[in-house]
Amino acid sequence: MTDWLTPDEWQAVILSLQVSAVAVAASLPLGVAAAWLLARRRFWGHGLLNGLVHLPLVLPPVVTGYLLLLTFGRRGPVGALLDDWFGLVLAFRWTGAALAAAVMAFPLMVRAIRLAFDAVDEGVEQAAATLGASRMWVFLTVTLPLILPGIIAGAILAFAKAMGEFGATITFVSNIPGQTQTLPSAIYALLQVPGAETRAGRLVLISVGLAMAALALSEWIGRRVARRIAGR
Amino acid sequence: MTLSVAIRLARPGFDLDVAFAAPQGVTALFGRSGAGKTTVVQAVAGLLRPDRGRIALGDRVLSEGRTFLPPHRRRIGYVFQDGRLFPHLSVRQNLLYGRWFAGARATAEIGPVVEMLGIGALMHRPTAGLSGGEKQRVALGRALLSGPELLLMDEPLAALDQARKDEILPYLERLRDETRLPILYVTHAASEVARLATTVVVLDRGRVAAAGPVAEVLSDPAAGAVLGLRELGAVIEARILAHDADGLTQLAWSGGRLILPHVAAAPGTQVRVRIHAEDVMIARAPPQDISALNVLPAVVEAVRLGEGPGALVRLAVGQDRILARVTRRSVEALALAPGTPCHAVLKSVAVAKGDIGHGA
Repeated sequence: MTDWLTPDEWQAVILSLQVSAVAVAASLPLGVAAAWLLARRRFWGHGLLNGLVHLPLVLPPVVTGYLLLLTFGRRGPVGALLDDWFGLVLAFRWTGAALAAAVMAFPLMVRAIRLAFDAVDEGVEQAAATLGASRMWVFLTVTLPLILPGIIAGAILAFAKAMGEFGATITFVSNIPGQTQTLPSAIYALLQVPGAETRAGRLVLISVGLAMAALALSEWIGRRVARRIAGR
Repeated sequence: MTLSVAIRLARPGFDLDVAFAAPQGVTALFGRSGAGKTTVVQAVAGLLRPDRGRIALGDRVLSEGRTFLPPHRRRIGYVFQDGRLFPHLSVRQNLLYGRWFAGARATAEIGPVVEMLGIGALMHRPTAGLSGGEKQRVALGRALLSGPELLLMDEPLAALDQARKDEILPYLERLRDETRLPILYVTHAASEVARLATTVVVLDRGRVAAAGPVAEVLSDPAAGAVLGLRELGAVIEARILAHDADGLTQLAWSGGRLILPHVAAAPGTQVRVRIHAEDVMIARAPPQDISALNVLPAVVEAVRLGEGPGALVRLAVGQDRILARVTRRSVEALALAPGTPCHAVLKSVAVAKGDIGHGA
């Protein structure tokens, strides 16, 4: 195996998995919260929030990456604060790659979870309230189990998207082998080198395999959970 | 414990202004669809906030001015028309859901409730495969086991066919007779009112059109406009005397003796019998050689002339009142007026089986 991929290439695969996992895990609670706000609440700024969530879907990724750099870069308003308070630096680090992946994958995640919220019968939640469940308990014992398939689907979709994120990542954290070089960045770098097509091809195969696996897993889990929730 | 409601609520195209009290027993909230029945029940449950007014259960204020208890702190069981069971939980988990939140307050034992509702065999089933009738029984059990101080039932039978209704009604009667829980029961079916209710509140376009004990309201000619003429009729309590060899059953009530087609209950049983106004005729002189088996001496109490050719006459028979629907022409021909002695003629076949309930 070690002959098959160079250490740098292995590093890119591992880093991609790590970046995507962290991106999904960290953004999932926010994704559920945003989906809940959009699906269940009517408030001033509803349309604005909806637009903001979906912005990365329609903006050129390089623009999203540049905006991230402006905001979360060391001199950026948020980036400077994070550095001063927590010593957390995002720009040109793998953590920044995770942020970029999370932002890019966020619209897909929120859309999937929001659809699940829309499908929950609010009458059943009312029934839970009349049985003595406070809002929080209704959410934890009724809503959350019922939207679980949507959450899982959203998480896996976001993971697959994060694995493939390129434009915003390379703009925000560049392409440093061993530090910020994710799978797509590595493929891109190899394609710039004459004669490295074979090496790039292997990474492409891995990329395709991971994406297919993620989709299959999401289908499988989704079916299982849906069956359990429908009470069969 | 008495539920007292006095609320107002305005919505585009709808205006609700009602005040009534629901004492122990079953209080039927009766009216056509759109009369505001569900709105009232939702306000009592706390699922909807009235514009103003007061809702109190005993001396516990649920809603008044700024006070608004959220649904989960009202201790009110709610049986919805569509069951609303939790699809991700088993029957048993559904039943235990409210009990868990009620803690020590939920005194109802699960065993007797399950037995009363006949759902023991369903306990470990998922909810998806249950029939409509089974779902409603589980929903009822779930509400009962949450330790409620009041039970709301919003047309719990409306979505069921007649066979399923007949399957559930006996359980509701047992509930009324075996628990001391006040029950607010929403329905647009007069037969359910006659069979289950002790008190009736008739709603019409957001107002209380009539309210009082079931026998009084259902035999009130003035309520005819709201109830619909076909629904008008008396509800009387009678005791089964004997079953005759020819398939008829003799019953005793305050008006004398009543002969009905076979009633499936043992002699001595108290039953509720509903007598539709349409099925009662009036004779001034005791009719001779008549096929009707039930001819009872009566006194006219009230006459109400309708806008068309019809008229409603309320008759006192023994301690009870029954209602007769006749024509204006007959009222004039027989000179019917309050105090007129007469005879009420009802065909024994006129009392439908579905209207024979097991009385309290």
